[in-house]
This record gives sequence, C-alpha cells and structure tokens, in this order.
Amino acid sequence: MKILTIVLSCAILVACTRSTADNHGVYMLLDTSGTYSEELKKAEQIIRYTLSRLDATDTFAVARIDTGSFSEKDIVAKVTLDDRPSAMNKQKRLFAQRVQKFVASVRSSRYTDITGGILQGIEFLNEKSPARKTILIFSDLKEDLAEGYVRDIALELDGFNVIALNVTKLRSDNINPREYLERVSDWQSLVEKAGGKWRVINDLDGLEGLF
Amino acid sequence: MNFLLNITPWPAVSALLWIVFAVTAMYLARVTAHQAIRAGARTLSRTFRIAAKMVSKGRHDLDQRNREVLLAAGREAKERIIEREFDRVNETVRTDLANYPKLHRALSESITRIEEDHQQAVDVPPDPPGWVKAVEAVAKIDSSEGRVGIGNVLSDIHKSLVKAHAQSMVSYRHESGKRHALLRRMRPDWRKIQVTLGHVGKNVDSLLDRSVTIDRHMQEYEDIVSGKDHAVSILSSSSLVQFFVSAFVLLVAIGGATINFSLIARPMAEMVGGTGLIGGFRTADIAALVIIMVEISMGLFLMESLRITRLFPVIGALPDKMRIRMVWITFTILFLLACVEAGLAFMREVLLQDELATSALLRGADAAAAEAATLSGEYYWITTAAQMGMGFILPFALVFVAIPLETFVHSLRTVLGMLVNGLLRVLSTTLRLAGNTFRYFGSLFIKIYDLPLFVPLWLQERAERRNGGKKPSYQGVL
Repeated sequence: MKILTIVLSCAILVACTRSTADNHGVYMLLDTSGTYSEELKKAEQIIRYTLSRLDATDTFAVARIDTGSFSEKDIVAKVTLDDRPSAMNKQKRLFAQRVQKFVASVRSSRYTDITGGILQGIEFLNEKSPARKTILIFSDLKEDLAEGYVRDIALELDGFNVIALNVTKLRSDNINPREYLERVSDWQSLVEKAGGKWRVINDLDGLEGLF
Repeated sequence: MNFLLNITPWPAVSALLWIVFAVTAMYLARVTAHQAIRAGARTLSRTFRIAAKMVSKGRHDLDQRNREVLLAAGREAKERIIEREFDRVNETVRTDLANYPKLHRALSESITRIEEDHQQAVDVPPDPPGWVKAVEAVAKIDSSEGRVGIGNVLSDIHKSLVKAHAQSMVSYRHESGKRHALLRRMRPDWRKIQVTLGHVGKNVDSLLDRSVTIDRHMQEYEDIVSGKDHAVSILSSSSLVQFFVSAFVLLVAIGGATINFSLIARPMAEMVGGTGLIGGFRTADIAALVIIMVEISMGLFLMESLRITRLFPVIGALPDKMRIRMVWITFTILFLLACVEAGLAFMREVLLQDELATSALLRGADAAAAEAATLSGEYYWITTAAQMGMGFILPFALVFVAIPLETFVHSLRTVLGMLVNGLLRVLSTTLRLAGNTFRYFGSLFIKIYDLPLFVPLWLQERAERRNGGKKPSYQGVL
C-alpha cells in the first residue's frame, strides 16, 4: 500500500508540469540614431503585432540603440506575461501605451551601438531563459561606435534567432549597393558564426512569418 | 546449378540421370513419405478440430452465461415493473377504496332516505264514496213502506255524492302533491348514488385493467423464470433496441457536456492559470472537465437517491431518512456548481470582450474604436444572459444522463456477449474448416507425390498382377 501511494504521488508530480518549456522570449532593439528615428512609427506597429502574437509566460522587451546600448537603462519596456488571461491583456495594453509614449518622445542619438544592444539582449534573454529566444533588430545595421567603446567581443548566440527588420538603404548604398550587401552579409556571418540563425525582413506587410 | 548438368558430357543425359535418380529415391522413400505427409496432415487437422471444439465449447458456455445474464436482467426488470404495478394498485386501493366505509355510509344514508321517501310516497287509494251505503239503504226500503220519497232521497244522495267527490278530489290532489314533493326530494339522492356508483365503477374498472396488465407481466415473468426461448428472444431484441436508443441519448448528452466544457474552460484559466499542464493537458481544461464530471456524478447520486436508477445498490439500500438527506445534499452541490458555472459563463463573456478590445488596440485602433470593436450596447446582455442560462441549466440537464447510462451499461453486457458469441462462432467455423482443409491437403500431397512416380508404380502394378493381384500396402490408409 505504501509503495502504491509513493508510485501514485510520483506519477502525479511528474504529470503536473508547467508549460514554460515552450514559452518565447523576444528582445527588440530600436535604432534611434540620426534619420532612422523617423522609422520608429513602423517599429510601433511591429511591437503591437508581436504583442498580439505572444501568449502567457512569454517575455518581451523593447530597448533603444544609442551611443552605448549595453545598459539596462536603454530598455524602454519589458514584460513577462501573466498566465491569467485578464492580467495578460492588461499587461499588453500597458506595454503598448508605454511604447507609444516612447515613440512620441524619442530623441535621436549621435552614435549607433548595435553590438552593445545585442549583448544586452543576450544577457536579458539568458536570464529569463525562455524556450525560444528571438532578437529583433529594427535598424539600418550601420554601426557607428563612439570613440573608446570596445565591441569586438565574441557573441554567444547559440539557440537565438536574430531577425533584422526594415533594413533601409542609406544614400551611400544607393551609390554603391555593394556597401549595403556587404553590411547585411557581415552581420549574417557574425550571427551565424556565433551560433545564431539570421533572417532579414524588409517587407513589413508580411509579418506573418515573423514567429 | 550448372555442375548438376555437367556430371556427363551431355547435359540432357545428365538431366535424365538426375531424374531417374530422384524418381528412384522418391519411390524407395514413398511409404515413409506418405506416412510423414499423412501424420502431418492428421496432426494439423486434429489440432484445428480440437481448437474448434474448445472454441465451440467456450461459445456454448458464453451463450449459456449470456442467457443467464439476460434472463436475470429481464427478471429484475420485470420484477420492477410488477412491483410498480402493485404499487399503483395499492395506491388506487389506498386512495379510493380507503374511503369505502364513508362511501358505504353515504350510500346507505341515501338509500334509507329514498326508502323513507318512497314509503311516504305510496299512492293511498281514495276513500270509497259514501253513497254506496245510501244506495243499500234505499234498496232495503220495503214496498210496504212506500217508495214515494225515493226520488227526493236519490236527489239528496246525488248532491252528497257530488260534494263527497269534490272533497275527495281536493284531498287526492293534496296527497299527490305531497308525494311528488317527496319524489322530487329523492332525485338528488338518486343522482348522488349514480355518481358514487360511477366513481366506484371506474375504480373497479381501473383495478381490473391493472389486474389484466399484471396478469400479462406475470405470464412474461413466469416465461423468464422458466427460461423459455421465446422470452430470451424477446429480451435480447429488447436489449439491442435499448442499447442503440441509450447510446444515441448518451451521444446527445456528450454533445451537451462538450458545450458545457467550452463554456467554462476559458474562464477556468483565470482561476488555475492558463499555462499549467497536467499529463500534457492544460490544467484549466482538466479543471473544467473535473467540474463537469463532478456534476455528472452528483446527478448519478441524485438519481440513485431518488431510486430512479439502480447503479449503486448501496445507495438504494440506505434508510429512507439517510436517502432523503442524500437527495438534498447532492441537489445542493449541483445547485452550487450550476451557480459557479453561470458565474464562469459570465466571466467568459467578460474575457472575450477584454480580448477583443486588446486585439483592436494592438491592431492600431484607438481606444474608442477598440471599444466599438467589442459587442457593445444593447445586444451585449443577450449573449451574456444566454451563456449564463446555459451554464446554469446544463448541469441539471446532465443529471438525466444517469437514466440512459444505466440502460446502456445493462444492455452493453448483453450486446458485448452477443458480439463475442458471434466472433467465437466465426472462429470455430474457421478452425473446423482449416482442420478439414489440412486433412484433404494431406491426401492431395500424397497424390502429388505419386505423380512423378507413375512409371515405377505402373511397373509395380504389372508385377503385382503377375504375382496374383496383391494390393500395395499403402492403399486405403487415408
């Protein structure tokens, strides 16, 4: 009888598991440098779309890319969604409002520290340890570091999906498209060498395949 | 393979040599080979026939058991019906014939009153007219006395007669009036007696009808007890019908339970969380399912306590006081669960509206548009009320699942027995067929074995004829 009780208890304990095994962590970087900050309206749409696709226990954070992005201060909004539907809806609405406020009041930065942002994203998502990790980079991918900032650090992107969104062409890219292609290719090789998966989505009308 | 044809320089000769060698070897091994084929075929045939017999015996045992189960179920059902009929008779006797003394007294009183009135209403003959005596007196007057004054006398008599007649007519009319009044007074009594007797007649007729029904049921019960084939046949066909009907009703109930589940599964996530898993299933779904299962269980217990079903003999055997307590407890739990479900259904609608508003907001609509995206305004209460109503009613509707469930369980036993019986019958026939096939295959293989040996066999037959017609030893064995 004791053995039966123990076996039954073990079976119940094994059966009762949390479904965090399939939750999703998304870290989105918003480029606020120069003229690119004008594109942030589009970023707001992507954030809303992302919020609509996220479910209970998923984590979402939006951070800005500025002169030095490897900092918690650059995180604009972050949330881990509650597993109660009503609370989750409330969190989503609050998050959307916060982002809206940020987009309305953002000031462009002089430099663009994309690597620092990615490092911050890796750290954030590793800390939350979701089952799937995605870093969204809303930028033209043109890194422009301020003097003295060291960013030649090996990234650890094993298990990460890195998606570059709305990679706009610069004026110089129009003169020499090779610059654009090389820029994208460099980022791709950097991410893939670090163990991550790389994708570029420029058509923001086709966001269905984002997740 | 080629080396076989290379034992002589000529392949054809080599082949011929091999054929001769093979035929000779087969001829020499013929008796042993026949015995081996025969033994193998016989073994397989007997094995299959034994297996067929065993299956057949198993089928027979199962058939017997099914018959017993069917008869027992039929006996139990019939006992319940007869018991119920007797209950009805008892009820009729108790309610109607318990008033019989009162009825009898009322009837006696009515009859006595009628008798008295009748006695008083007897037609009294009018008094004979007084003039007869006067006539006699006239007749007795002697001639000597003279009959001169007779005319005057007769005239007086006539007057007195007319007067007497008038008086007697008045008296007669008065008496007739009294009698008619008495007869009028009797009329309600007659009617009362008629109504009372009609009522009694109806009760007696109803009892007679019941007695005919009870006689019929008793006859069927006797048939079942004596295990007549006719009774078994009726019971099995009735069982099949019950099985299909109850299965259909259970399917309908499953549909109801599914609707109930969808009403409460979503809001359950608010109580137990939307992401927890138990054994691969969402905790909220399991919680909703548990609530529905508890409701169905309470419904079963309620039906058992009311003695409508008899799935749990323990509940049926409880003392009446305890049983009634159980009825109230189960009903209270059901009522509370129905209230919980109604609340959850309301919560579901609220969550749905919340989700719609959030989705609209995330699609880029402003707050006003998000509000408009939801089903707002005067129609909102209709869906909410409908959901709450369904949430409250469905648990009570599911209570009645107990009745088809009981029928399904009882008839399933019979139907399963019939199915297994059919399968065993098919298996037994197949095994018997296989046994016979192997037996005849043995004979066939012996003939096929002898086919290439036709030359030595022909020679052997010739030699035997020459030796006096002695038959070979292998013939007639199979």
